[in-house]
Order: sequence, then structure tokens, then C-alpha cells
Amino acid sequence: MGVELFLQYIAAGVTYGIIYAIVAIGFNIIYNTTGIINFAQGEFVMLGSMIAISLHGVMPLLPSIVLASVVTMFIGALIEVLFIRWLKSPTVLRMIIITIGLSILIRELALSIWGEGVRALPYFTGNEVSSVEIGMIRISPQVLWVVGVCLFMVAVLQGFFHFTLLGRKMRACAANPVAARLCGINTKNMVTLSFMLSALIGAVAGCVVSPITYSQYNMGTGLAIKGFTVAILGGLGNSLAALGGGIVLGILESFSVWFMPSAYKDAISIAILLVILFVRPSGLFGSKERMALKEF
Amino acid sequence: MEILRVDNLSKSFGGLKAINNVSFGLRKGAIKAVIGPNGAGKTTLFNLISGFLRPDSGSILFKEQEIRDYDAHRIARLGISRTFQHIRLFPGMTVIENVMMGRHRFGRTGFLGSMLNLPRKKREERETRDGAMEALRFVGIEELAHRDALELSYGQQRLVELARALALEPEILLLDEPAAGLNMRETAEMGQLIQRIRDRGITVLIVEHDMSLIMKISEEIVVLSYGEKIAEDVPLAIQKNEEVIRIYLGEEDAQDH
Repeated sequence: MGVELFLQYIAAGVTYGIIYAIVAIGFNIIYNTTGIINFAQGEFVMLGSMIAISLHGVMPLLPSIVLASVVTMFIGALIEVLFIRWLKSPTVLRMIIITIGLSILIRELALSIWGEGVRALPYFTGNEVSSVEIGMIRISPQVLWVVGVCLFMVAVLQGFFHFTLLGRKMRACAANPVAARLCGINTKNMVTLSFMLSALIGAVAGCVVSPITYSQYNMGTGLAIKGFTVAILGGLGNSLAALGGGIVLGILESFSVWFMPSAYKDAISIAILLVILFVRPSGLFGSKERMALKEF
Repeated sequence: MEILRVDNLSKSFGGLKAINNVSFGLRKGAIKAVIGPNGAGKTTLFNLISGFLRPDSGSILFKEQEIRDYDAHRIARLGISRTFQHIRLFPGMTVIENVMMGRHRFGRTGFLGSMLNLPRKKREERETRDGAMEALRFVGIEELAHRDALELSYGQQRLVELARALALEPEILLLDEPAAGLNMRETAEMGQLIQRIRDRGITVLIVEHDMSLIMKISEEIVVLSYGEKIAEDVPLAIQKNEEVIRIYLGEEDAQDH
């Protein structure tokens, strides 16, 4: 394998890895405030891109993406308020079953609204054949959009959780819910907010990847599995670890087509998930102490 | 004037009546203690007043306002703050950050404002930090402000929790066994600190097993046994109350055998 091809594989791996990381961060935000894995996380990505594609029929690209993301954010809030908030005894198992049910419900609704057709948003700049040369590799400008937008979201989230009052309230709520209530923090509102944030970043990610990966009513399931693998790989609950885990999985997947049929590509993530759960349940970048300490 | 009034309060867990028809008042500016053998319902009473549990019946009036159905965060914002028997700090945060969380209720900047780094946000941030520092100074651990909260000794962590409760600027402070796990010197200092808190105009309701501390600092005592109030009086009268002596001696008898 030549150096150029090698770098090309790396670039593709990093791109997908960052998308997986965004899905994983969506898992993490909700996990940190509630202790549950929201299996409808992939559906937020799907909703964001499908709504944006529909809106793009009547308005320019940027407003349709912004509006689609905001709509998805409120769908996230609605889900929490309707299905999670009023639970009398919200055990983890119960909430997980609810989110699995919700993911099926949303997927079926999407199927009846948009049908089985594969759609896509147009390239943000240029088109399918345009490319940018960086060093020895040529990549699509949309890849730069994906990487740029996703890294920007990670940076904003870190700033939000560490330097704003609201972010600190969410951290407090994750670190010790009882003490948070003691400080006058409405922990239920923080849970709603976590669903909104997860839905928002999922939707934005769905929009930026749509031109490359295309969008379909069932795109959420695959992404949710990858995102979950990455969240576990990095160490559940930690966003920067998710970024690292995402890039590791993306690159592994990308190189896997080199020595095994591409149809088995998805098996990689499942295999990694199993290995990590058996060997190192706290994740690559986590430790037992870190697992006890929930940080965004 | 009574700042807090508990009337006919009851709470059962399954068949167990943890709090049974308890009534008492809390005079503004007083230090009042709740004592009783283990399992008497003292912590349940605190959880009811601070909104972590809902009573089955009865009422809780704070400044003549019914608060029995309010959630814990709302009661904290109204001005009743508490500490726990088991310390509840935020891991991964420094001492000052922990205490600052207690002051967020004074914040006004919304989501957008805090993301945009408005000047008002900067001012609020400074005020929050100053208020938290002032609380740390009051309990005497300002030099620990930038240490990781969980690195501190047990006694110091208690003071951090107390500073956080004070940072809310409460009118009533509920202290659940503040001297538990403290040595004699630390206990004496805690007693003085509680009196200084009262001198600031904060009404204190305290649950504590250390009888010498209770007899020294409290002005009135409520005695609970099996969820029922069996006495309420000044410390000297409580010490002479036969029923109180019987339940305490009875408890020691049971431990002997």
C-alpha cells in the first residue's frame, strides 16, 4: 500500500469516526444526567437530515438546516416530557425499553412520511466531483465541513459545560443529583435540556453527513450501534474520550476493507464492542475511578 | 414569631409509621434540636421538610406558606437549605466550584447570555465567586478554595458542605448530624460555628447524637421515638424528663443484652 492510499484511508476513517463520535456524545450527554442509554439517539440524526431535506425544497440550504435542527431539538424535548419525565419509578431498564420503543416508533413514522427512498442534501460547497488537495491526499470539501462542524460542536459543548452557569448546573446534576436539588437545581429540567442538546447535535451531524452518506428512514439504527460502540470504547460519559474512540473505530473500519470483504465492515464495530465489554468495560480512556465520576 | 410550623405530619413506608402525627414550631432565630434513638424518624422528618419526601398527611408551613407539596429544589430556593448525614459533594469540582453551585439561584443570565459571554455574565460570575468565597471564609476554610473537594479530610468536607448550604443564604438551615465522624476538638468548633450561624439570623434545626453538643447549643429540643413526638422542651427540662430518660436508658439496656 502506497503512502497516498494509506493517508486516504486514514482521512476516510477520521471522517466517519468523527460522525460516530458526535452520536456517542449524544449518548453521553443523556447518560450523564439520567444514567440511561437513549437508543433513539440515531433517530435524532435521521430526523435532522430528513427534515432538512424536506425543508430544502422550499428554502435555501442554511435556513433549512438551522430550522431542521431546532425542530429536532424540540422533538427531543417532547420525547423527554411525554415519555420520561412522568415515569413514576424510572428504573434504568424501564427507561431503556422505552427508548428502544421510541426508536422503532420514530423510524416507522419516518417511513410513512418519507417512504423508503434514499435522499440527500446537496453538497454545501462544490459538488460530488470537486475535491480539495491537502498534502498528498484529495478529499471532498464536504469532508472538511463534516470535520469542521463536528469539531466546532465538541468545542462549544466543552465550553458550555465548563464555563457557563447552565453547563455547570448540568455537570452538578450528573455528579450528584441529590446535592444538585439541594442547591435549588431543578434536575428534571436538566434532563429535558440534555435530551434537547443530544437531539440538536445529532440533527446537525445528520445534516452535514447527508451529502456523503445519504439519508434514509432507517439510517439511525446503524449510526446508533456505531455511536454506542464508540461511547463504550472511549469510556461511557466522557466526550473527549468519545472523540478518540470514534477516530479509532473509524480508522479500523476504513482499513478493514483492505483485508476482508466490505460487507463485513459493520461486524468490526460489534466485534470491538464485545472485546471491550469483556476485557476493559471502563473503555480505552476510562478507569474505574473515572466511571464513578461523570464528566461531560 | 414561628418561621416554620409542622402540623400533624405523618409518613409511612409500607406498614412502618416513620413519622406519626408530629407537630412542632420553630421560632425565628433559634437553634432547635431533634433527638431520639436510632430509627426514631429524625432523618425522615428532615427529608419531609426539605422536600426529598412527600408526607402522607399533615402540613408544613414556611412563613405561613404551605410547602408540603414542593419539590426539593423549590424549597431550597425558598430559603430552607440543609446538609446530609452522609456528605454530598460534587466530585470532579474544586471546593469553590462546589460552593458556587449553592449560589446559582441568584443568577439571572439565561442560556443565550451565558453562551455569548455578556458583560452581565462576567459580573454575575464574579458575584457568585465572591459570595462563595465569603461562605468559605465564614466556615474558616478559604485557603482550601482551589483544592479538589474529594481530596479533603472528612471534617473539611463537612465544612465545604456547610459553606455550600450557607451560600444559598437560607433563612432556615437543617443540619443532619453535623458532628458525626468529627473528633472532640472539631465537634467543639462545629458547635461554635452553629452558634455563629444563628447569630447571623439564620434559624437552625439540628439532628445530632452528641448529647453534650445538643445540650450546650440548643434552646429547645424535640424528642422523637418510633416516629412520635414524646417531648418538647428546653434542654434542662428534657434532661429531667422521665419518659426521655426511659427511652434512652431502655435503648442502652437493649444494647447490653
